[in-house]
Amino acid sequence: MAAHSAVLSMSKIIKPFWGGHLGNTVKVFGTTLTSHRNKSSLTRENIPPPAKYGGRHTVTLIPGDGIGPELLNHVREVFRFSCVPVDFEVVHVNSAVETEDDINNAITAIRRNGVALKGNIETKHTMAPSVKSRNNLLRTSLDLYANVMHCQSLPGVQTRHKNIDIMIIRENTEGEYSSLEHESVSGVVESLKIITRNNSLRIADYAFKLAREKGRRRVTAVHKANIMKLGDGLFLQCCREVASGYPDITFDSMIVDNTTMQLVSKPQQFDVMVMPNLYGNVVSNVCAGLVGGPGLVPGANYGHVYAVFETATRNTGKSIANRNIANPTAMLLASCMMLDHLKLYDHASSIRNAILNTMNETRLHTADIGGQGTTSEVVQTIMRFIQSKGQLTSEY
Amino acid sequence: NRFQLEMQTVTLIPGDGIGPEISSAVMKIFETAKAPIRWEERNVTAIKGPGGRWMIPPDAKESMDKSKIGLKGPLKTPIAAGHPSMNLLLRKTFDLYANVRPCISIEGYKTPYTDVNLVTIRENTEGEYSGIEHVIVDGVVQSIKLITEDASRRIAEYAFEYARNNQRNSVTAVHKANIMRMSDGLFLRKCREVAENYKDIKFTEMYLDTVCLNMVQDPTQFDVLVMPNLYGDILSDLCAGLIGGLGVTPSGNIGANGVAIFESVHGTAPDIAGLDLANPTALLLSAVMMLRHMGLHDYGNKIQTACFDTIRDKKVLTKDLGGNSKCSEFTADICRRIQDLD
Repeated sequence: MAAHSAVLSMSKIIKPFWGGHLGNTVKVFGTTLTSHRNKSSLTRENIPPPAKYGGRHTVTLIPGDGIGPELLNHVREVFRFSCVPVDFEVVHVNSAVETEDDINNAITAIRRNGVALKGNIETKHTMAPSVKSRNNLLRTSLDLYANVMHCQSLPGVQTRHKNIDIMIIRENTEGEYSSLEHESVSGVVESLKIITRNNSLRIADYAFKLAREKGRRRVTAVHKANIMKLGDGLFLQCCREVASGYPDITFDSMIVDNTTMQLVSKPQQFDVMVMPNLYGNVVSNVCAGLVGGPGLVPGANYGHVYAVFETATRNTGKSIANRNIANPTAMLLASCMMLDHLKLYDHASSIRNAILNTMNETRLHTADIGGQGTTSEVVQTIMRFIQSKGQLTSEY
Repeated sequence: NRFQLEMQTVTLIPGDGIGPEISSAVMKIFETAKAPIRWEERNVTAIKGPGGRWMIPPDAKESMDKSKIGLKGPLKTPIAAGHPSMNLLLRKTFDLYANVRPCISIEGYKTPYTDVNLVTIRENTEGEYSGIEHVIVDGVVQSIKLITEDASRRIAEYAFEYARNNQRNSVTAVHKANIMRMSDGLFLRKCREVAENYKDIKFTEMYLDTVCLNMVQDPTQFDVLVMPNLYGDILSDLCAGLIGGLGVTPSGNIGANGVAIFESVHGTAPDIAGLDLANPTALLLSAVMMLRHMGLHDYGNKIQTACFDTIRDKKVLTKDLGGNSKCSEFTADICRRIQDLD
């Protein structure tokens, strides 16, 4: 019985390599197998951002649920004010329906435009287990294999730990999030965690390339290979292989439970961290909490061709939705990351500087960082900072 | 108004490395406190039984089965020894299904987090640590996470019982049912069902990532947390980090048939073994947890107060707590305080 289901699950894994989305995955397969040691097409700089006509980019916008819609409206407001040459194609995804039409439309739109900015789409428990997480579907269909999060202590925000500067690179498509589950006997459920050599090499390669690009000294792999000897053992082995090609960067590894313990006592010891999906979820949330909370940290999901930007901790924030108290910083910083990706560097820095200056004004802090400011006050102040720098702004 | 309680036997497993010295420190403190405990020392090594299966020595098993309560020091983890780890063997032998770690901030041992007072209850037999892994094709590995109805119900029931017996207000189930719909969904369903029978305890559910996020910002919002194996491993170590690390964290393992083994969860520290430098706090606090489990709350409170007072005083701290004293000096100070308390 177990063997039978293992074969079924195997076919689910093997199929994407040779069936389905042939174009991207063959490219991935090919480059990873033959040239993962060379530079070239794996860095996103070489891929021109598509969907640019008349100097204006088109970006897919998925409002999502909870605080997503209001925060993304603020992003549009700031972009309009700063005359950013980006048009948004809005695609709504209804989390209450069981069919996958909405999310498939969103995926098609992202394929067309190449870049997206999204809020989190809620996954309702009341629906049947066959209704999979929409966010997860999006990530796996577009093969957004690297989730990158940069946690930095912001000067204006009070936290228990200072001087944190950690880059977290998390494998985004496989591992525990493979959504392969079955009930073999009544009352016994098996959930499969898949680790593959290709994806592990790919993410390790991404991590080391990024570390080199940003001038970072150390990469730490987070794992639990003492217990999951084959799965995490394979991941660790792949990281070591890639590490040998980067002698200028120190590589070490740490078990995930020790990692969390070290993070809450001495987070300054970490530089770049790379890990499989679930540990990435835990570690990125711990780090986001250490630098001040979910409202401050932006996140990016990169694939070879597509990029999707969102808040790092992917919260829906249902309880604070539509009350004008959500912190717009994370979403706005994510939009700046998107502007960098589109090579609109000037606009990105101007908005980013405005955000950081606003962060220094304690009276404007929103509730999540201990203040009483409202979202609209923060956004207005950001726009005022942008205007004061002399950039071209619109009147509305 | 003191009546002599009859002596209760406890199986003591000193362990390796610093195990023996911290065990004798604990025994000395208990003697000073006149706790009604008779220690039965046993050694635990892996031996091959009939049929080729690895097991613990029969005298150790016999002692535990009779006394039902055990206190264990750190055990060496073998690498390529051909047999599984001793902790795993103990877990399998006594079906230790619940790992309980109360994390309470120690006054006097400063960490960035104050006022932490929570308990993590981790399912210890299945989940991601089932050890079932296969290589499907070369380069593709599959690890199986197993969640069963019985184990989930058992751990949920233990969590609510613990909350009730220890005057805790709420139990939070930690899960990732948005991604692992069926497995964590089953765990969550069982928790909800058990919660129906414990209406006096508040039951909430929270995603693992939200718990992590909130834990490092404000740990005071949590009370009792119940979760499957892997999340429990990560979260219990995270919480230990909040209060100061594994050197000061107690831990208890509850098994079927009323067996309970309390242990220190730090390593064997072979580099300082035998040098009288070890910190016995973790084992001592686990022993206090054991006293409470046995209903000997007075003795437990007395020893805990003495221990915390010594740490707060900062005069005779061991090296890992920031001081320069020996283990024996630290122990002697605690004993002195216990005598003063009487």
